[in-house]
Amino acid sequence: MTLKSAYTARELLAILSARQLKDGQVVFAGVGIPLLAATLAQRLHCPGLTILFEGGVIGALIEPGKLPPSTNDQRCTQRANMVLSSADVLLLLQRGYIDVGFMGGAQIDQYGNLNSSFIGDPKKPTTRLPGTGGGNDISSLTNMIVAMQHEKRRFVEQVDFITSPGWLRGRDTRRESGLPAGGMFRVVTDLAVFGFDEETRRMKPLALNPGVTREQVQDNTGFKLEFTHDTGVTEPPTEHELSLLRTLDPERLFIA
Amino acid sequence: MSEVIPYSKLRKDIAQRDRSLREKVVSLEEAASFVHDGDSVGVGGSTMSRTPMGLIWALIRAKRKKLSVSRCIVSSDGDLLFGSGACERITTSWFSQGILWGVSKVMRHYAETGKARYDEWSHMALGMRFRAGAMGIPFMPIRSMLGSDVLQLRPEAKEMDCPFTGEKLLLVPALNPDVALIHVQRCDPYGNAQIDGLQFMDMDLAMAANKVILTTERIITNDQIRRAPDQTKIPFFTVDAVVELPFGCAPHECYGVYEPMMRHMQYYVDLVNKDPVKGMQEYLERFVYGPKSWTEFLDLIGLDDLLVAARAGKSIYDT
Repeated sequence: MTLKSAYTARELLAILSARQLKDGQVVFAGVGIPLLAATLAQRLHCPGLTILFEGGVIGALIEPGKLPPSTNDQRCTQRANMVLSSADVLLLLQRGYIDVGFMGGAQIDQYGNLNSSFIGDPKKPTTRLPGTGGGNDISSLTNMIVAMQHEKRRFVEQVDFITSPGWLRGRDTRRESGLPAGGMFRVVTDLAVFGFDEETRRMKPLALNPGVTREQVQDNTGFKLEFTHDTGVTEPPTEHELSLLRTLDPERLFIA
Repeated sequence: MSEVIPYSKLRKDIAQRDRSLREKVVSLEEAASFVHDGDSVGVGGSTMSRTPMGLIWALIRAKRKKLSVSRCIVSSDGDLLFGSGACERITTSWFSQGILWGVSKVMRHYAETGKARYDEWSHMALGMRFRAGAMGIPFMPIRSMLGSDVLQLRPEAKEMDCPFTGEKLLLVPALNPDVALIHVQRCDPYGNAQIDGLQFMDMDLAMAANKVILTTERIITNDQIRRAPDQTKIPFFTVDAVVELPFGCAPHECYGVYEPMMRHMQYYVDLVNKDPVKGMQEYLERFVYGPKSWTEFLDLIGLDDLLVAARAGKSIYDT
């Protein structure tokens, strides 16, 4: 438990997410934790990881301390292999070149559907959120890893609005809606790592983060989770992972 | 509301445009007069990048009303368009000042109260709408947005079964704005425009629109264009006006020239997110209506901020 205070929730998120990536993959990343995690993975176990941005970048190599404020800024192009138009970079997802889509999320439900558009009734919303950006395209067309903070109001049984489709209403509903490819693969939070049941497509805990109990995860989740004897424990962040991560974001824009 | 313009009208409109090789250089104020109340306006760049802020600033000063604006991702440009009353509807995929600042209170104020409309499309859907417009066809088929609630709110898009494979596809309608506003690093007086770095949806937007106004960091000669024709991204015959406007994206960035003026952006965001009505009014008075010229606006941002942004902008060429 002593280690728990040695890193922030966002640092844990970035590190656990980075571990989900494999060398050689082609990854479509959002800005913030996903970009940090993908860049961290590049510097750890994935030197051959290719990062794409919706701004139109293939093969970004982010410089420490020069994190782009969005996926559309010039910093995203630093030492990249190619820049192309926004529509064309997204069409690469549709063609099938991308292994993993990697995003943050405001609200998620038991089937991995993400909401970043409306809190409350879309016709009379309590809060109008910024919207999909490329999120809907990415999650419609490839396998998704989502990194987000674990709070009850963010982990709900059913999202108020499906901005980015996960497994929709479970089972075959995604395919039946015209989305034959991709789907929600992993959800990484500051409390646990989740996958999805092959048949029902419901979210299931794969591993608890260090020092976190099952009750704690369930208490912070708005739907019933099924823990099994297979539910493991994640390895805590190493000093090496933490120090590398901190050099990437020295101003702590995204990891504070 | 059917958004697709009949092909016969698209062709007629282009046939009537003066597409000859002619000089088109005008002042910022003259350029603003190319945009009329009620026009649908396509805005180039994305988020804080290559935003034609000078043109938007000029349109607000010219008291344009009832504009319908489309842009791939909308930042503080959208706040200003809503907050000034110039625009009633924004079509985009993402709308807030920037991910660093959370949710725009200005966007929230207008969208939640129904004072203005934010029509949300997926990023690729919007890109393919401009592309269909650029191609002179009424729609493009795509494989995203299906199954989502984003589609539920957009009856303008139609699902269909593919006549070849039977698969479900989504048809998104062509978007042909009345006028496009695009900022570039350089162009000649005819409007042959070269864009460095990220192109976003600007080439499709220029082809799709019925009129294009360019602002440019600098005007170069046609000879210089001809030395590197592969760098030319927008052909002159799509362009109707050219304005030389250094720092024309301020306080946003222009690739290779300047990064965003972050001190000013932070000041702006703090001001309008504290009070989206009074804060916006204060900003507009001081930074949009107050200055006598774009140069005077830049002066208000401050030389320090501009120099820091310019140094960071050019640093893209350091490695």
